[in-house]
Amino acid sequence: MKVLLVDDEDELVSALAERLSYRGIDATWVNNCLDAQALAELNDYDLAVLDVKMPKMSGLELKRRLQEKRPAMKFIFVTGHGSEDDFKEASAEEGTYYLVKPINIEVLVARMKEVLAK
Amino acid sequence: MLMSLFRRVIPDFWGHQDSDEGPFKHLFDFGRIWRLAVGLSVAMALAPVVSMALFDFKVTHNAMEGEVMERTSRLVSNTRRTVAFFLSERKAALDFVVHEHSYEELLDPRLLTGLLAGIQKAFSGFTDIGVIDHQGNQQSYVGPYELKGVNYSDQEWFKEVALQRVYISDVFLGFRQVPHLVIAIKHDLPGGAYYVFRATLDTALFNDLLSELEVSGQSDAFLINRQGIIQTPTRYAGRVLEKMSLPVPGYFEGSRVIEDVDLGGESLVIGYAYITHTPFILMIVKHKAEQMKAWYRTRTKLIGFLGASIVAILVVILGVATHLVNKIHLADENRLMTLHQVEYTNKMASIGRLAAGVAHEINNPLAIINEKAGLMQDMFTYGDKYAKDEKLMGLVDSILTSVERCGAITKRLLSFARHVGVSIGPVHIKEVIDEVTGLLGKEANYRGITVNVDVSPRIPAFESDRGKLQQIFLNLVNNAFAAMSDGGRLDIKGMLQPPDAIRIQVTDDGCGIPSADLKRIFEPFFSTKKKKGGTGLGLSITYGLVQELGGKIDVRSEVGKGTTFVVTLPRQLNQKKKEDT
Repeated sequence: MKVLLVDDEDELVSALAERLSYRGIDATWVNNCLDAQALAELNDYDLAVLDVKMPKMSGLELKRRLQEKRPAMKFIFVTGHGSEDDFKEASAEEGTYYLVKPINIEVLVARMKEVLAK
Repeated sequence: MLMSLFRRVIPDFWGHQDSDEGPFKHLFDFGRIWRLAVGLSVAMALAPVVSMALFDFKVTHNAMEGEVMERTSRLVSNTRRTVAFFLSERKAALDFVVHEHSYEELLDPRLLTGLLAGIQKAFSGFTDIGVIDHQGNQQSYVGPYELKGVNYSDQEWFKEVALQRVYISDVFLGFRQVPHLVIAIKHDLPGGAYYVFRATLDTALFNDLLSELEVSGQSDAFLINRQGIIQTPTRYAGRVLEKMSLPVPGYFEGSRVIEDVDLGGESLVIGYAYITHTPFILMIVKHKAEQMKAWYRTRTKLIGFLGASIVAILVVILGVATHLVNKIHLADENRLMTLHQVEYTNKMASIGRLAAGVAHEINNPLAIINEKAGLMQDMFTYGDKYAKDEKLMGLVDSILTSVERCGAITKRLLSFARHVGVSIGPVHIKEVIDEVTGLLGKEANYRGITVNVDVSPRIPAFESDRGKLQQIFLNLVNNAFAAMSDGGRLDIKGMLQPPDAIRIQVTDDGCGIPSADLKRIFEPFFSTKKKKGGTGLGLSITYGLVQELGGKIDVRSEVGKGTTFVVTLPRQLNQKKKEDT
């Protein structure tokens, strides 16, 4: 499985990518939305893990752009605000996962598998 | 019993005292407003009524008094004329006799007898007649007494008649010892001599004349002479031929009415007239009280009416002023309450924003620590290099556990902040209570307070305002903590209450609330902790919030045993409440 990680916190997203690779997941990370879009043109990712709140563009906006290029791509959101419940309310889309920082890596992996299995 | 009656009669604002705490004060001094309103209204309402009453009192009194005076004056004047006429008529008769008959003829007893009979027939009251020569000897006499030959030369009346030609005497007893008066006429004879023709009048006739005049019960009509000796019978002034008890009124031509008091201090109206050419003064004495009876009746009515008006005016003014000031007081109380509530809400919102800011700022570095430590753990787990290092693994584990704890705290803070001032949505009561106990968990730990939360899992999510619920339970738990001593026990029970309500009980084992205070604890500004900085608003705000959510709050308490607050919430907010929020 090829995964793209996007978060403006380098320190966080780099460590996360490394931890995923320990679990046999091929994760690439970028710290901005432009790079994310550029990478998505070049590679076919199965899944993107996006921070909701980033400078210049929100995670939701980025998702929309990436989906234009890669309609098959799946998404998981990560947020530093509030609880999962709130984002369930905020998003009309069922089955989109929101994880609240700090994330439990095992939960993240489980959700990834779940999303890709659909 | 007496106290409760007292509290019902005394308006709320009466014992009003401004709370020393907080930035908001009442705008008005209610006692002063009330006094001012009552004082001004009473003055404005009573001044015209009282002055009109006084004016009317005076006018009516004067009119009545004037009428009494007038009536008396008329009576005196008429009586004076009657008495004067009575005397002058008799004097004229005697004059006629003297002119018609010569001295010699008058000495003839037979003629004299005929004359007396004639006069007595024409004019009542004559007792006898007689002729007295200038030396005072009775020359002839006809009458019931044996007076012929009596010498009058040293009697006062004889000296008077010699000087004045006509003389009417006072009433006196004389030789015969019977009250009578004398009319004497001096007639000159040729050659400088003279004789006196004298007739005696029985005063009984006079008495009848005057007693007929004593019209109304209490008045008294009588004659006195100029020395104040009573001439005819009187009811009150004294006995005949004794000195009158009243002072002799001063000379006045015609009739006159004066006021005086008698020996008993009673007011008298005295009408009098000097009867010309006689020694008599006509006196008509009336008791003023008797005469003014009609006035006293009117006066009683007037005073009664005035009193009733004043009482009615006072009752209305007091009632209206008290009612209005109470209304102002209530309005001001509401205004203050709202201000406090706004302040409280703002404070909660500020705390919320601060908490959210802090939580959010901390959350990012926390997430990094989480990933880094997680990576370290991964390296130990998946790599070979540090795999056997139990100590390092332990350290990383402990870092991750701490991060998890921090994460729980920041989540709680964010969740709390987000719900301040936010509106209706589905709420799990268990979550709300866990949030509240979570926030206050540290205090409970420090103080060794056991908090038992027992919320039935059958309670479904229900429509409500999460922020308000948080405030309600935060206040209740805070209050419970304040009442409890260290090592106490707090029970929070949640259950469904058929048909469609949720019931949450917060029970502490603290100091309890005295039953006297129990009724007032939801009143704004009622506090037993004022000295310690309580505003007395916590429970009243809680009450307000429960009301807003369509629920109700009850309290049971026993001093020394503890207190239970029961909040009952509807599972469905009604439409109106939703729109309001």
